[in-house]
Amino acid sequence: MSEQLTARADLELAGEPVIPASRPGLRWAMLAVGLLVALALPWFIYPPVAMDIAAWALFAISVDLLLGYTGLLSFGHAAFWGTSAYVTGLIAINAGVPFPLAVLGGALAAMVLAVPIGYLSVRRTGIYFAMVTLAFAQMVYFIANQWRSLTGGENGLQGIPKSFFGIEPIETDSFYFYYAALPVILLGVLVAWRAVNSPFGQVLVAIRDNPARARALGYDVERYKIMVFVLSAGLAGLAGGVFSISHGFASLQELAWTTSGKVVLITVLGGIGTLWGGPIGAGLVVVLEDRLASSGFNGVGIITGAIFIVIVLAFRHGIWGTARNGVGAWMRRRRSHRA
Amino acid sequence: MSAFLQYTLQGLAAGGFYALAALGLAVIFGVLGVVNFSHGACYMLGAVASAVLLDTLGLSFWWALLVVPVLMFVFGVLMERLLVQWLLRLDPLYNFLLTFGITLVLVDLVKRRYGVSGLPYQLPPGLDGRVTVGSVSLSLYQVFVTLFAVLVCVAVWALLTQTRIGMIVRASTEDAERSRALGINVGRWVTPVFGFGIALAGLSGVLAAPFRAITADMGSNFVIILFAVVVIGGLGSILGAVVAGFLVGLVEAYGQAYAPSFAQVLIFVLMALVVLVRPSGLFGREEAA
Repeated sequence: MSEQLTARADLELAGEPVIPASRPGLRWAMLAVGLLVALALPWFIYPPVAMDIAAWALFAISVDLLLGYTGLLSFGHAAFWGTSAYVTGLIAINAGVPFPLAVLGGALAAMVLAVPIGYLSVRRTGIYFAMVTLAFAQMVYFIANQWRSLTGGENGLQGIPKSFFGIEPIETDSFYFYYAALPVILLGVLVAWRAVNSPFGQVLVAIRDNPARARALGYDVERYKIMVFVLSAGLAGLAGGVFSISHGFASLQELAWTTSGKVVLITVLGGIGTLWGGPIGAGLVVVLEDRLASSGFNGVGIITGAIFIVIVLAFRHGIWGTARNGVGAWMRRRRSHRA
Repeated sequence: MSAFLQYTLQGLAAGGFYALAALGLAVIFGVLGVVNFSHGACYMLGAVASAVLLDTLGLSFWWALLVVPVLMFVFGVLMERLLVQWLLRLDPLYNFLLTFGITLVLVDLVKRRYGVSGLPYQLPPGLDGRVTVGSVSLSLYQVFVTLFAVLVCVAVWALLTQTRIGMIVRASTEDAERSRALGINVGRWVTPVFGFGIALAGLSGVLAAPFRAITADMGSNFVIILFAVVVIGGLGSILGAVVAGFLVGLVEAYGQAYAPSFAQVLIFVLMALVVLVRPSGLFGREEAA
């Protein structure tokens, strides 16, 4: 290893406690604002795009659960998002159940798939973990591509219905559908929030910061990693299921490595190690891509790739982390002025 | 039997692309600790460059074989100086993400300039024939690619083991701290090694140009298979990259011949088996947990 690597710093997290945790009021206020934004979104943004933001936000949170809280970069999360998109679609088409049930089925399928992939992937750490998850996701992509009778191959799965107890506005109007699907997304966010604010979450952080010490303290590091991997896959599955119901189709794009890359971009852009980063990153990237697509510009990758390069070079704390550090510094300055 | 030999040759030729590119990936990782996601994009640039040079300057395949690696070396040096070097002190995941961003930009730039349909490139004259060995007729170009790839791998091997530069590079890979204590300027070799690795990816692209469809996306799947190759071979190992490169090429070719619907999945099954049985790869050393 060269000199540079001996002085290696760890991941730069956005979630360092700059704002003291002893301010529960602020925390609840932020939660309320977040919820209000989620509820108001389709009034200001074209509802299907608002739904995309919500789905990508949960997808990014699922990636951050691994990256920010456990220190594992999964570069193959499209496997779970996409598998759930297909399974959700198949259930919705063939069983005719209300869509939240289909989405739950899809998420379950993603978790089942995550067991063997997680079991194999956690045998490697760091950059190897990223490469191995990426390779397994590509394997899932090829299987879906070959299994035409089930997935429709390159045509994808078309005509996925939004069945919801025969309530007409929800099944046909994307504005009302948003409010029917939002609880599914919020359920996923709640699970992630409970997971990171629990003893389980504390163990994950311990593993991230010092796996050897966590092991010495008697924690089965591999088992915890597999558990959080499967949980994360389930959340990605919830998001992917909602996405495919919302669009009415599931395509191979959902399983492609570019999708895995896009969700990592969203997560890092928003800021890792905080549940707020994902939604912020998702809002920006989805709206930006929507604008670029409707302006007829082909070459979205040039823009998103350039954003990626700038973020990684200059704003590794992400938007949330950069803003939070700024506010923290401002508050400290004010306090020292007063003293 | 004749069919089997043809598949084997096909596999060795494809393995040649993988081995050369994986060698570049392994050398870069060894000295810089960077997993270069843009390796597939550089392979693509190598192929596109040879097609464009032929089209605009009339530069033949043989010249491309010489010129394109030099161009890619310069490209790699620029990439390292302008972008990669700033993140070398940080967690390697950041350079992985950086090179991913570079990949997105490169692929879409080429797509905008040259479209999504393939650029034309003929088999070079003199290599478009077939050779007959006994009762078996083989593509001359595939024989050439296999031999050329083996030759380059042996040359790189000799460079690394028989020369002073190679000794310094290997020592830096092994233990940078101690190499420095012995008076070796390790930092000086970082940039040329990165350029060299990129040049190998470009060279692999030139070889692939007459053989594969030249599109902006040709490197996208390639780089993921490269990752499987280095995971199988052991990421730190140069010998592992070469052996696993040819191995994966063979698995792919036999898969396409005997089980076409599983061909692409087989490589990843092989990787899963290696990760299961020998997590550090066939030729890799155990990493500390």
